[in-house]
Amino acid sequence: MTLTHAEPAPSGKPPAGHPHVGVTSTFVGMPKFPDAARIELANTTQRRNLAHATGIIRDKRASVVGELDNWEELRLAAEAIKNRTLRHLDDYLVQFEENATKAGAVVHWARDAEEANRIVVDLVRETGSDEVVKVKSMATQEIELNEALQAAGIDAWETDLAELIVQLGDDWPSHILVPAIHRNRSEVREIFLRRMKDVGRPAPEDLTDDPRRLAEAARLHLREKFLRAKVGISGANFAVADTGSLVVVESEGNGRMCLTLPETLISVVGIEKVLPSWADLEVFLQVLPRSSTGERENPYTSIWTGVTPGDGPQNAHIILLDNNRTNVLADEVGRAALRCIRCSACLNVCPVYERAGGHAYGSVYPGPIGAILTPQLRGTSSKVDQSLPYASSLCGACFDVCPVRIDIPELLVHLRTRVVDEHRGGRPTAEAAAFKAMAWMFGSHRRLEAAQKAATTSNRFFGRRKTIGAIPGPLAGWSSARDIPVPPAESFRDWWKRERGEQEPRS
Amino acid sequence: MRVALFATCFNDTMWPNTPKSTVLLLERLGVEVEFPFEQTCCGQMFTNTGYAEEAIPGVRQFVDVFGDYDAVVAPSGSCVGSVRHQHGAIADRAGDRALRSAVDALVPKVYELSEFLVDVLGVTDVGAYFPHRVTYHPTCHSLRMLRVGDKPLTLLRNVKGIELVELNGADQCCGFGGTFAMKNSDVSVAMGSDKSANVKETGAEVLVAGDNSCLAHIGGLLTRERAGVRMMHLAEILASTEKEPA
Repeated sequence: MTLTHAEPAPSGKPPAGHPHVGVTSTFVGMPKFPDAARIELANTTQRRNLAHATGIIRDKRASVVGELDNWEELRLAAEAIKNRTLRHLDDYLVQFEENATKAGAVVHWARDAEEANRIVVDLVRETGSDEVVKVKSMATQEIELNEALQAAGIDAWETDLAELIVQLGDDWPSHILVPAIHRNRSEVREIFLRRMKDVGRPAPEDLTDDPRRLAEAARLHLREKFLRAKVGISGANFAVADTGSLVVVESEGNGRMCLTLPETLISVVGIEKVLPSWADLEVFLQVLPRSSTGERENPYTSIWTGVTPGDGPQNAHIILLDNNRTNVLADEVGRAALRCIRCSACLNVCPVYERAGGHAYGSVYPGPIGAILTPQLRGTSSKVDQSLPYASSLCGACFDVCPVRIDIPELLVHLRTRVVDEHRGGRPTAEAAAFKAMAWMFGSHRRLEAAQKAATTSNRFFGRRKTIGAIPGPLAGWSSARDIPVPPAESFRDWWKRERGEQEPRS
Repeated sequence: MRVALFATCFNDTMWPNTPKSTVLLLERLGVEVEFPFEQTCCGQMFTNTGYAEEAIPGVRQFVDVFGDYDAVVAPSGSCVGSVRHQHGAIADRAGDRALRSAVDALVPKVYELSEFLVDVLGVTDVGAYFPHRVTYHPTCHSLRMLRVGDKPLTLLRNVKGIELVELNGADQCCGFGGTFAMKNSDVSVAMGSDKSANVKETGAEVLVAGDNSCLAHIGGLLTRERAGVRMMHLAEILASTEKEPA
């Protein structure tokens, strides 16, 4: 039986139910970030869970990064390798294809989500199987592969523990690395008890919220599926061009079961995942675990190259996915986002993510990286995608932790400019009109002084009050919770004029 | 050395005491400060909201007004950050190479107040007196865009009579973020509330920072709660003396 998205999940959700959150054209109905965030902020359990979890990961990351005296050099190396690879992406991809093919894998190229999903569905059908086991993969979430498989009558079983919790809970992921970060263990227990029985081995009736008992229930539930499934589906963290190898790093070992037990293995890999050589991989296997889970080394690193007779999957397929990545590559500023290795360090330090949670971003890529990657992959035609570049206070904490040095604040501003520029020409919005008026005012100091005069004159209406409380109108968003200072009786330049006299404009 | 004060439009209009204190402080340290009247705004509000086109005239004006000075000092980490990190890109957008070169020549001479005091004047004790319990919020743009490090704290530690207390979660954003405070008002207030709770926890009488916009946001929450904490710009505390206390 297939899990459906019919019933609403128990946590606070945007009112539209379950919108598609991938980056395909079928995505619908997601409210813009501020509206979605308002709903999420009201979910105090989630806020507590998030503050607790991100706090722990933040501290762990800071401590293991602090152990290395060459951390900045590693970041610079990682940035340089990714930049070099992206500059010659076509060459490295062809090299990867040649070497993977030589090793016995079949390489497919997919322009977009639809094409990638069609290739996967056809490959699964060829095996005669109606179910697959999956190792957690952002690329397959991005193309909404599970939905495509479901439409084709194929059950997809997520085997990553957090991903399983999300799938059983009819929920959607809220974090790149810890998809169920918004859930606590009593919620997990409830989900396991309620749903496991519908899709396989039930959870024991006396299940408690002890993490060991929860993990045991998941292990027994998943074991059935691992041993039965004929097809495994994975993504890849890296694709090494000089040998045609794929790399998956994970913490649980469930991924390795998916990669080794089935007869057929299908890997969906974004084209930006390629690295030139194993020497380059060395850098990333250092920066990734430290940035993501705060570990010195990730527990399971699986590397496979094509097919080995009698050992592991005998049919290996690799789908190289574009899905607008080449368009992102064409933007000289925006392309930096393609350096991302999905470590999620930026989410864990982001004060906006910590409060609003991942769902508010309406995308499989939440947090700061989602705010720059999603509008580039999906375009900025919808309300949510127009709002994502603004879902940041530009505090810059994300850049400081990014292992590939993506200047996320710079890209946010770049994309805001794109959003504004795309709306030029038509009838101006109230905001655009206001900014135009302000630009006019700041265009000359005389006009600025006239505006200041209006502000300082208003001072007399407030008597001895120093602040203004809640007011309606354009400042209502500010004043609903924050007082506004009363303008002073005299601007600085009037003080200067009074005390020192106006200087002659210098020639 | 010809030194110009860039008061910033916000301070000029809403917090005149901050540029005033900056002038008095610098004069006390023997610096002759000029205030070019033609100055208006760095354009950050435009740039950071996506109105890059509207920011171009401001960059031209900034270069015209300040281009000839040996140093430009502003009591705002955020506005200096905008000049240093965004004016070049705005000049590029204008497609004006001469403007870009003018920006590149001017940018190294534009300083945030604590940078100017410590790096240019080489002063860490400005002879200030401020006998109060104070906590310091390092604003994001001072901290991460300008990397002022502990310069403001060093200056504060040398203030006579001050009791400086550490702020929990000091390096976390207060949630102001320019138009973010309006566009994402709910998240902004959630961030600001955590910040103001940390401020209250210190038991400080005064919260000090290098940016009045962040202080207006945190202060707006604290005065709504009648928390009794006073917001002061770094310049005001450094300008305070026994003879003329702030």
